[in-house]
Amino acid sequence: MIVAIASGKGGTGKTSVAVNLARVFDTPVQLLDCDVEEPNAHLFFSGTMISEEEIAISVPEINADACNACDECVEFCQFNALASFCRTPLVFPELCHGCGGCAQVCPRGAICEKDFRVGEVRTFQDERITLISGCLDVGVSLASTIVHAVKNRLRNDLPAILDAPPGTACPAVATLRGADYAVLVTEPTPFGLHDLGLAVDTARELRVPFGVVINRVGIGDDRVQDYCAREGIPVLLEIPDDRRIAEAYSRGQIIVEALPEYRAYFELLWRNITAHLGGNTAIEAMS
Amino acid sequence: MKIVFTTQGDNLSAPLDPSFGRTRNFLVFDLQSDAFEVISNHQNQNAAQGAGIQAAQTIVKAGAGGLVTGHCGPKAFRVLEAAGVKVFNTDAPTIAEALARYRAGNLVQAAAANVEGHWA
Repeated sequence: MIVAIASGKGGTGKTSVAVNLARVFDTPVQLLDCDVEEPNAHLFFSGTMISEEEIAISVPEINADACNACDECVEFCQFNALASFCRTPLVFPELCHGCGGCAQVCPRGAICEKDFRVGEVRTFQDERITLISGCLDVGVSLASTIVHAVKNRLRNDLPAILDAPPGTACPAVATLRGADYAVLVTEPTPFGLHDLGLAVDTARELRVPFGVVINRVGIGDDRVQDYCAREGIPVLLEIPDDRRIAEAYSRGQIIVEALPEYRAYFELLWRNITAHLGGNTAIEAMS
Repeated sequence: MKIVFTTQGDNLSAPLDPSFGRTRNFLVFDLQSDAFEVISNHQNQNAAQGAGIQAAQTIVKAGAGGLVTGHCGPKAFRVLEAAGVKVFNTDAPTIAEALARYRAGNLVQAAAANVEGHWA
């Protein structure tokens, strides 16, 4: 089962929910850090790195002797990765999306492809948790390519928790697509509510069933709860605004380890996810 | 030789636009005849990426020998350099002023991009 932890707004606690949910498993579980522009889940674990793989795309290399400057490749490229002025085009690999279309349309077979590194995927093992973490190189824009590389390393026989990037743009969609369930983490503020609406629209569009976790309950107001009730969206968990959680987080500690009383919260979250997925609409609340 | 100026306007008294790739128009000025034409860069203003590269191709195809603008990034500079277009950076407020400075020999040809790329 694949559960993506997403949110419209950044900083609502996706990574906190993801790492703590993974930690309460008493069986092997995979945690995928799909926030490849700023991966940070690994900061909470002390496991060992078991692999480090380079991720590359195929970018064009033009044979100037075969090229007759017809510009068909330049016109085909929608990403402005090729530039021409009546001679062999210049290639800008950092703008290329690796689609290979330029080589296909070249009438003279003047384009071959070579690897261009865009990032890496690291895998760590910490007790029961296998953490697969994607990291996009600085100066490269292909976040979704790294997200796909991370997800391609997922084992189907173990549950997986995906820490999604914030927002609802391509990298977040690449993470959510194909997930069995999405947990949308928000906070009870006007920004949290507004961006939750965007995340809800995205999950509905992708036909991924979802529920909401409200973090830092006690700040703001009740409009997120009211919205969820109105829309028929289950609130899977409410996490109180507790300064001790922020203090533990700032030290790189996992909440369920630093503050054991919160272990029950994340166990409840998992029960509510499986209950909702199983068609059970009765969601448990923390007593 | 033709010199290209970046601008939001369409005549010599218009302000010089400091950005190259996302300027609205290019004013292509012919130094021999003192005639000019205006080329739109409108389709490039909202490009997701590579606006400077596209803009560079546009002015190369317009026959530019020189470019006078505020800023030029590394990718656009690479295209212009390969095509032999000289780049001059200036803070002149209008095209007329920039042209006067060019004719007086007060503009120095840039040896490299004068701003960072957006991705690197």
